Amino acid sequence: MKNPYRTQKIAFFLLFLATLLIVVPVGLIVVIIIQKGLPAINWQFLSDIPRQGMRAGGIFPAIVGTIYLVIGAIIFALPIGLLAAIYLSEYSKDNILTRLIKLAIVNLAGVPSVVYGLFGLALFVVFFKFGASILSGSLTLGIMILPVIITTSREALESVPYSFREVSLSLGASKWQTIRHIVLPNAIPGILTGTILGLGRAAGETAPILFTVAAFYLPRLPSSIFDQAMALPYHLYVISTQVPNVDEKIRYGTAFVLLALVLFMNLVAIIIRYKFRKKKKW
Amino acid sequence: MVKFDIKDLNIWFGSIHALKQVSMGIQANEILSVIGPSNSGKTTFLRILNRLNDLNQNFKMSGVIKLEQEDIKNINTELLRKRVGMVFALPLPLPLSIFDNVAYGVRMHGTKNKKVLGEIVEESLKEAYLWEEVKDRLNESAFKLSGGQQQRLCIARTLAVEPEVILFDEPCSGLDPISTAKVEDAMVKLKQKYTIVLVTNNVKQAARVGDRTTFFLNGELIELDKTDKIFTAPGDKRTDGYIRGKFG
Repeated sequence: MKNPYRTQKIAFFLLFLATLLIVVPVGLIVVIIIQKGLPAINWQFLSDIPRQGMRAGGIFPAIVGTIYLVIGAIIFALPIGLLAAIYLSEYSKDNILTRLIKLAIVNLAGVPSVVYGLFGLALFVVFFKFGASILSGSLTLGIMILPVIITTSREALESVPYSFREVSLSLGASKWQTIRHIVLPNAIPGILTGTILGLGRAAGETAPILFTVAAFYLPRLPSSIFDQAMALPYHLYVISTQVPNVDEKIRYGTAFVLLALVLFMNLVAIIIRYKFRKKKKW
Repeated sequence: MVKFDIKDLNIWFGSIHALKQVSMGIQANEILSVIGPSNSGKTTFLRILNRLNDLNQNFKMSGVIKLEQEDIKNINTELLRKRVGMVFALPLPLPLSIFDNVAYGVRMHGTKNKKVLGEIVEESLKEAYLWEEVKDRLNESAFKLSGGQQQRLCIARTLAVEPEVILFDEPCSGLDPISTAKVEDAMVKLKQKYTIVLVTNNVKQAARVGDRTTFFLNGELIELDKTDKIFTAPGDKRTDGYIRGKFG
């Protein structure tokens, strides 16, 4: 005979185990990287250029390159993504064209990042003749994170109650005034969260920057947006697979800095969301 | 004076024929109560007067609605909605402070001067009988007010843009009897300045405040007459049945 109490216990155990299995790898990754990478971190490592064929010195140009790329990607992707999200959630009618656009955005999010890299190479590097440059890399990363920004922004806009819009319109406000003064302010936390998650992804990807910007070794800072640059994920790839005899400490140190950068951005997203949620009034 | 003149109005949402051949006039400075069971087209009728139905993709209409002899299709939508204000069924404050809620519409129509805004806010809140209760906490979130206060805030917000007509869509459906009485008091005083169309599920409320009452059933206007007449000697059996609570 079945014992409902025992079945319940088994179910609880299985559910808990599955949850634990998700947490464990994440925790392990963080722990191992901190354990092996933290000893490498010192002022020289963060502020010096790589030396002795990247076997010594620091990773400063790669940090700067990654920050430039992330900023460039966001300057490009946020305005376009936000405007597209506003159009899709507020203006577009539900017809075949709109559904096609939405489907395309979902699919865009599923495209492997190396494909974005090749696309960026063909369009920005070769066709527009931007060469391998921060501009090409930023645009490629920007296109890659566009679907994330559009999807999260659209969700944020659509989560603003419809009744607020009706009230605003019923007072004689125009559609744009309603969007500008009622919908957007209440959607900002969601939009920011999506943006920062996109940033985190842009900071960590290797394939899109491989052909479009990343320099194997560039022991100086980029001087313009048409310059090549080093970047943390690519640098990590290079010193892990392309250069022999790199001290493990340097590799894990680089990984640590990249991880810290991405975690820091996610933390900022969480704090912003929390602050706005406290202010939320409905 | 006739405020709204409605001729042969038909409304469809997709294949649903929501209003059928409605013709009527709405007098200036009267309270017209609209009663009828749910799904009778009351709210649809109300929302055509400020063209809120237009927001629905499947909305279609035929017939003519004139506001002071001008077809409302020829009036700029924003301007029409400024002239024809609306108070919704549930208290719906915007996620702003009490002051900003009342000032919202005025600001959207271009008034920026703080002193002018302050005066309009005070006057509107007084007209909605809310000023005394909120004058010391204008910068607090509107969501901190009670349901009844929120609904009067919504009335004040509508008054602030100086409409000619105010549409009330079951404004007391979520309120307790005391708050209801306050809102009704406000309505009766407001009709001196404004024309009021009141959709209500509460037949007694229609009897209390309406100058004239109209009965809708299944999208048709069954009867429109003086409130006394409707409630003492209705011309149609169905009206009689509804106000006696036989259906609906």
